Amino acid sequence: MTEIGLGHYLTLGAVIFSIGVIGIFLNRKNIIVILMSIELILLAVNINLVSFSIFLGDLTGQVFTLFILTVAAAEAAIGLAIIVVYYRNAGTIRVEEIDKLKG
Amino acid sequence: MIAHAIFFYVFSIIAVISAIMVTVSKNTVHSVFFLILDFISISCLFIMIGAEFLGMIMLIVYVGAVAVLFLFVVMMLNVAQQKNQWFNSKENSGHIPIGLIISTIIFFELIIVIGGWKFKPELSDSSANQITNEISNTHSLGQVLYTDYVHVFQISGMILLIAMIGAIVLTFRQRAGVKTQSYLKQISRERSEGIEVLEVPSNKGVKIDD
Repeated sequence: MTEIGLGHYLTLGAVIFSIGVIGIFLNRKNIIVILMSIELILLAVNINLVSFSIFLGDLTGQVFTLFILTVAAAEAAIGLAIIVVYYRNAGTIRVEEIDKLKG
Repeated sequence: MIAHAIFFYVFSIIAVISAIMVTVSKNTVHSVFFLILDFISISCLFIMIGAEFLGMIMLIVYVGAVAVLFLFVVMMLNVAQQKNQWFNSKENSGHIPIGLIISTIIFFELIIVIGGWKFKPELSDSSANQITNEISNTHSLGQVLYTDYVHVFQISGMILLIAMIGAIVLTFRQRAGVKTQSYLKQISRERSEGIEVLEVPSNKGVKIDD
């Protein structure tokens, strides 16, 4: 219990990943919360990579975490820009009311 | 070791609770605040286990840039006060229980994988970039980042540039009725259209129409 190993960090990553997936599936409010859930999922992936990197003594995981951080920032910027444009055109970003594609 | 365990549990419990609050809180602004708290506690964990550079970068990039970007957009779009309709949606489209079941299955699959996981003992010996205790984490990251991974680094810079251009192009709009400078018009003015020499007759004055 007091010995914190790799499994503890991986479990934390799994818990946060699942919370992010639940947030995507069950969201009824607006798309911004879905984007935040995606950020949570990427955070869980980063936890996994960093903990593997530390516990296996290999630096490669941390390098790739850096690149995931870059891509996550780019994705958040583009996603928020799309949301702003959609709100300007349609006047709403509620998940239920976004049905222009009739999907 | 005890201190490590205590700090791990404190930070991870804060992280999990704030991750839950991100998805369930009624106000979107509160969601963003809990997202910031989540990032901060995870970066504390990173600093604690020895990835100091990533922890600090996480603070700067996520808390300083991404979360504030989210906050800007939430406050700009006036969606903060939308009621959260989690389980009492008007048209209950049956995907909530299936979503819950699938998320639970994903979680237990991950737990099973973690619990039954063994790695070969020679795996850690064969790694290319060994972590050494002689130089700091930032130093060793910099040594591999600009040599072995320089192409990936350049590509990530390109991704950021394209994302910036894309965000500007998406949100840029030309509004009617806004007075803006036309640089071409300004620099192509000639003396003949700017200045007019008039003969002013005495006691009459001139009429300048502007």
